[in-house]
Amino acid sequence: MSRHGLEAVAAYDASSRPRDVRSEVRLWLLRIIVVATLVLAYNYVIWRWLESVNWAAWWIAVPLVVAESYSVIDVTLFGLTMWRARTRADPPSPAGDATVDVFIATYNEPVELVAVTAKAAKRIRWPHETWILDDGDRPEMRAAAEKIGVGYITRGREWHDRPRHAKAGNINNALMETTAEYLLILDADMIPRPEILDRTLGYFRDPKVALVQTPQVFSNVATGDPLGSQAPLFYGPIQEGKDGWNAAFFCGSNAVLRREALMQLGIVGYVREVEATTARRLRQAFRIVRRAQRRAAAGSAAAVALAETSTALLHARQALGNGEPLAEVTYTLQRRADAAAAGVVFDDLRAIQADLAAIAGLDGDGGSASASFDADELLEGLATRDLSPLNALEAVQLALRAVDVDRGDEAQAVMPLATISVTEDMATSMRMHGLGWRSVFHKELLADGLAPEDLSTALTQRLRWAQGTMQVFLRENPLFSRGMTLAQRLMYFSTMWSYLSGFATVVYLAAPVIFLVFGVLPVDSWAPEFFWHFLPFFIVNQLLFLVAARGLPTWRGQQYSLALFPVWIRACVSAFGNVVFRLPLDFAVTPKTKQARAGVPWRKLLWQLIAAIVLVVAVVVGVIRVVVLQDEFVGTVVNVVWVSYDLLMLSVLVGAVRYRGYVSEETVIASEGEAR
Amino acid sequence: MTMQFSVGSIGDDVTVVKGAGRLNMVAAPELRAAVRREIDAGRARIVVDLSEVTFMDSSGLGALVGCLKTARQAGGDLRIAAPNEQVMMILRLSNLDRVFKAHEAPETAFHA
Repeated sequence: MSRHGLEAVAAYDASSRPRDVRSEVRLWLLRIIVVATLVLAYNYVIWRWLESVNWAAWWIAVPLVVAESYSVIDVTLFGLTMWRARTRADPPSPAGDATVDVFIATYNEPVELVAVTAKAAKRIRWPHETWILDDGDRPEMRAAAEKIGVGYITRGREWHDRPRHAKAGNINNALMETTAEYLLILDADMIPRPEILDRTLGYFRDPKVALVQTPQVFSNVATGDPLGSQAPLFYGPIQEGKDGWNAAFFCGSNAVLRREALMQLGIVGYVREVEATTARRLRQAFRIVRRAQRRAAAGSAAAVALAETSTALLHARQALGNGEPLAEVTYTLQRRADAAAAGVVFDDLRAIQADLAAIAGLDGDGGSASASFDADELLEGLATRDLSPLNALEAVQLALRAVDVDRGDEAQAVMPLATISVTEDMATSMRMHGLGWRSVFHKELLADGLAPEDLSTALTQRLRWAQGTMQVFLRENPLFSRGMTLAQRLMYFSTMWSYLSGFATVVYLAAPVIFLVFGVLPVDSWAPEFFWHFLPFFIVNQLLFLVAARGLPTWRGQQYSLALFPVWIRACVSAFGNVVFRLPLDFAVTPKTKQARAGVPWRKLLWQLIAAIVLVVAVVVGVIRVVVLQDEFVGTVVNVVWVSYDLLMLSVLVGAVRYRGYVSEETVIASEGEAR
Repeated sequence: MTMQFSVGSIGDDVTVVKGAGRLNMVAAPELRAAVRREIDAGRARIVVDLSEVTFMDSSGLGALVGCLKTARQAGGDLRIAAPNEQVMMILRLSNLDRVFKAHEAPETAFHA
């Protein structure tokens, strides 16, 4: 933390003239390196595709060249991000009358921890109101809030039996209960500094600014950051680079948002959702009515009612086509359908209940984990099944009641924070950018966080972030969503793309093993020719990373991005299953305290262990092949170096497994000398 | 600063909630509370008279939608009447005019 703190202070001074010149020079140097890297990267990858794929061993040669292409695209996106990575000058002072609500979102964190954050929030200098948003609805939390003298908000009755949407739902609920112009969002484990609002509100003098995100830095991290908790590259050059393209994004905590922008998002989303559902439900109602009509005896009361209902539906559809407002159309439709059914007596209620139960049983096989009532599935079921004749009319009533503008299956009609992902933050800022709002990344340490202190918790957290990101990738892919500039889309896409790295890693681990053990080389080239193409790219790419990082410690992050490959793959697969097949994600809230003696999560590291063993065995076999079978020497050396690199990356987990949590400042200071 | 809401009625079954001034983030919860009170008292057919509302923001729009949901779920309806040109423009910009019909006067909102 201290290191990052110093960096933040240095950035803070950057507005003075001479440093400005220096940072401009650095930016241009960086751009030159970006261009050089990309030229060499494409020179390499094109040569690989056209001239050096060993098609005879296509089963490894093609995956390898695809993985390499993946990495080249990744580098391209990184270069684009760095193109505009500038530290902002100081913000103007805030408008004197700006009102702020400070939200502390909590679910199951210990009351004492939340209390520390709440007390710190109360001490924030700029006038504000502080609220604890307790999703756990705990009496002791309420009492603590009262004692500290901050507000307490919990979900109301309307959320009962409806999707809760995790943190997004928690904040959306609080938005309806509060009134300030700006919202400072804090996780329960982010202790704000008193100046946090003075330093950020000024950006909102620009009426188009909707979001100011500040870094998330953790104060309980031991020297060397064994769990890779800090993200200095992300909360530094990367967010600054995105900011350069007006695409800095919301990271869930330590950010100030403009209420008007959030509410606008909610309204736009509401209209879009209601238009889509009404059209869909009208179609379903038509199908149900037609099916029922086929079975109703001619001239019966049911047949007459159905005919009237059908006419009402037709009129509704025409009215919508004429652009009549949805609220009126749905209201008229429901009244007419009620009137039509008024004369019919339902004497066989048991049969309809049996029908409904059968349908519920049907979808119970698949998505039963989503406990909430899903009107769409139910209606889809009604529309496609043969119902007992008379009671089809009851099904019609049910279908018609669902043609409404009240979003009956949600607790709130207007949901400002996006609920399409377990990481509501990224999805929300993407929609904001789509509506033309601006965002700011303000690089200054303004809150001290608490990071997970054991590997298991840290792994769960990374999994959740990755899953959430991939949900957004699959549900609202930025490449195809309207409203954003091309650069903004690429900035979001870049983060999503990076989470696909797990698949490439598997290939990078497998390729050298296959060579060392079986002697199969996926690259078909003379060694000098290979080096001539590869090494310049590799060296300049490392240089790019070095210059972009500006001396920040990024090694840990690089190690983790390789070593956690099973986590990234699991995230991609489970997000795909969730979005496409509606399977549950096994979503878990990140625990903020140490897991009590959870022990080493060997199970979660199974794949890394297997990979490490296979790599070591491969090296042994490779050496034997050279010595005994006189195998190719250069190729073996290259692949042994490659394997060593992989092992070095994976070795980060050894320290992580042995880590027993943060001890104390003194101990850290004592060991800091050796580490430098 | 705070917006005052007055409540009246038309005939036996329509309740008019009228606000004057700026229907913004500060006034939005008050509008929701006022409408909620009426609905809890069994009066679920409601007209929000906007004739003296000079300005509306997204929170104000959000309150209208929230009230519409509450009214519908109580078996009634919520309609809006007499918005001025500026408020009308905000309804159009937010696309909310595709949901709400702006009735000319509270009297004609339910009985055209």
